[in-house]
Amino acid sequence: MAYSEKVIDHYQNPRNVGSFGASSDVKERKDVGVGIVGAPECGDVMQLQIRVGDDGLIEDAKFKCFGCGSAIASSSLATEWIKGKSVDEALEIKNTRIVEELSLPPVKIHCSVLAEDSIRTAIEDYKRKNGELDESDHTHAH
Amino acid sequence: MNLPIYMDNASTTRTDPRVVEAMLPFFTETYGNSASRNHAFGWAAEAGVDRAREQAASLIGAGPKEIVWTSGATESNNLAIKGAAQMYAKAPMGEQGRGHIITCIIEHKAVLDPCKRLEREGFDVTYLEPGSDGIVTADLVRAAMRDDTILVTIMWANNEIGTINDIPSIGAVCREHGAVFHTDATQWVGKMPTDVERDNVDLMSWSGHKIYGPGGVGALYVRRRRPRVRLQAQIDGGGHERGMRSGTLNVPGIVGFGAACEICENEMESERERLLALRLKLENGLKGLMDVVEVNGHAERRLPHLTNISFGFVEGESLMMGIKDIACSSGSACTSASLEPSYVLKGLGLGDELAHSSLRLSLGRWSTEEEVDFAIKSIHEAVEHLRALSPLYDLHNEGIDITKIEWQSH
Ligand SMILES: Cc1ncc(COP(=O)(O)O)c(C=O)c1O
Ligand code: FES
Repeated sequence: MAYSEKVIDHYQNPRNVGSFGASSDVKERKDVGVGIVGAPECGDVMQLQIRVGDDGLIEDAKFKCFGCGSAIASSSLATEWIKGKSVDEALEIKNTRIVEELSLPPVKIHCSVLAEDSIRTAIEDYKRKNGELDESDHTHAH
Repeated sequence: MNLPIYMDNASTTRTDPRVVEAMLPFFTETYGNSASRNHAFGWAAEAGVDRAREQAASLIGAGPKEIVWTSGATESNNLAIKGAAQMYAKAPMGEQGRGHIITCIIEHKAVLDPCKRLEREGFDVTYLEPGSDGIVTADLVRAAMRDDTILVTIMWANNEIGTINDIPSIGAVCREHGAVFHTDATQWVGKMPTDVERDNVDLMSWSGHKIYGPGGVGALYVRRRRPRVRLQAQIDGGGHERGMRSGTLNVPGIVGFGAACEICENEMESERERLLALRLKLENGLKGLMDVVEVNGHAERRLPHLTNISFGFVEGESLMMGIKDIACSSGSACTSASLEPSYVLKGLGLGDELAHSSLRLSLGRWSTEEEVDFAIKSIHEAVEHLRALSPLYDLHNEGIDITKIEWQSH
């Protein structure tokens, strides 16, 4: 399969790779939300961490990904898009926009879903740590 | 060195220019139908086919009359498996209990799918599970034998991991039990010494395009003596190939197949040694540079030119993206349209991670040391790049066993 130039660019120069510390440390930090999701379709794993400022804006985001090139590109792009947004704005990002931006073929749509899910899971984690999560927020789309 | 380099010879091989040269006159000069018995064009074509039959037979220690031409290993397997099952069936079509067949879960689909069809048509099939080293032993086959076992089909060498089964011993078990023994030797013949008499084989498939010959042509060895094996034809028509496979012969293709067999026979010894040295260099080079690099399948019982390696914590498709100058394949789910990881690697019972992180690299007649050095360097760089991105590598470095984690999935 041929990859789009944008996928190749994110693969070669992934943005915002990393984490805000070892998994045991970030677990305790209230300003950090962690989302680790696995794709049931192919068994790949994506980890997204957000650091949220006092003003409720996402100051920084970091990702790690064990997955195909499209999954790496989707998560790299997701970190770019959510930085500077409020957590609620970030929740608006849908996988279809990622698919469009990266020109992903149909078999790779689930890789973008993984990115959308990792954003939501990271935000839920942040909200839970800060006592902001009530059950109605715990949506499971698709 | 020209890029990209080709390390996917288990998929198909470059046609040897000497083979192409042998074929060419049969397109434009000696273009008769080998079944035309009454003119010079037909005789010349038939002479080409006969010579190829001798070359093919010589490579495997058979007689020329024991070679049936087909369109490739897929067809040879279909003819052998369905043809033998139907010929030796213990009950007619439409009834159950028509006989028992033994095969293995990591066979090629061109063996598994014919077996599945026969299952639907009233035959019983046992699918053996190999050990975690990928080997099907004669003991496994013996333990599965039943009074009504009519056919055993076990591949000689596996196309994904290159492991080699003990075909002579499996063949001996089949003889003891009076079952017909077929082996899919597509990855074996032409690379390794073969003698159907010594090795107790009754039916054997192989293909032109895996031995530096043309695609779309294959052969089935069908034993004629001690015991004579009979097959029900799968393609009916003009009665070619002693009625076992009708259809005007692909004369240039068959001539090329024969030429390819002869070159393999003459050059096998030196080629084997050269390729083994290159493969060991490749495997040791990669293992020396990185941790958690595993060669899949039995360590010694394997083809000289093929290796299947898992690079822990790195997904195969993204790895291939990082080594775009190397043509190879991966068992990762992400590379397949069905999003299923390789059933062969899964069949070793070692968990999905293995398949997920695997690359199959298969060397060939024109592989060079320079290419191997290039491959080691590129793969190393790509693995390092991806491990820096891998959440699993972090967990591994934190001492967490990733096989024990249950991921939150949506
Ligand atoms: C073990 C094995 N059997 C059968 C086949 C099918 O061969 P062909 O493509 O010539 O039909 C292959 C090649 O893909 C193979 O590796
Ligand atoms: S994450 Fe596996 S196919 Fe993309």
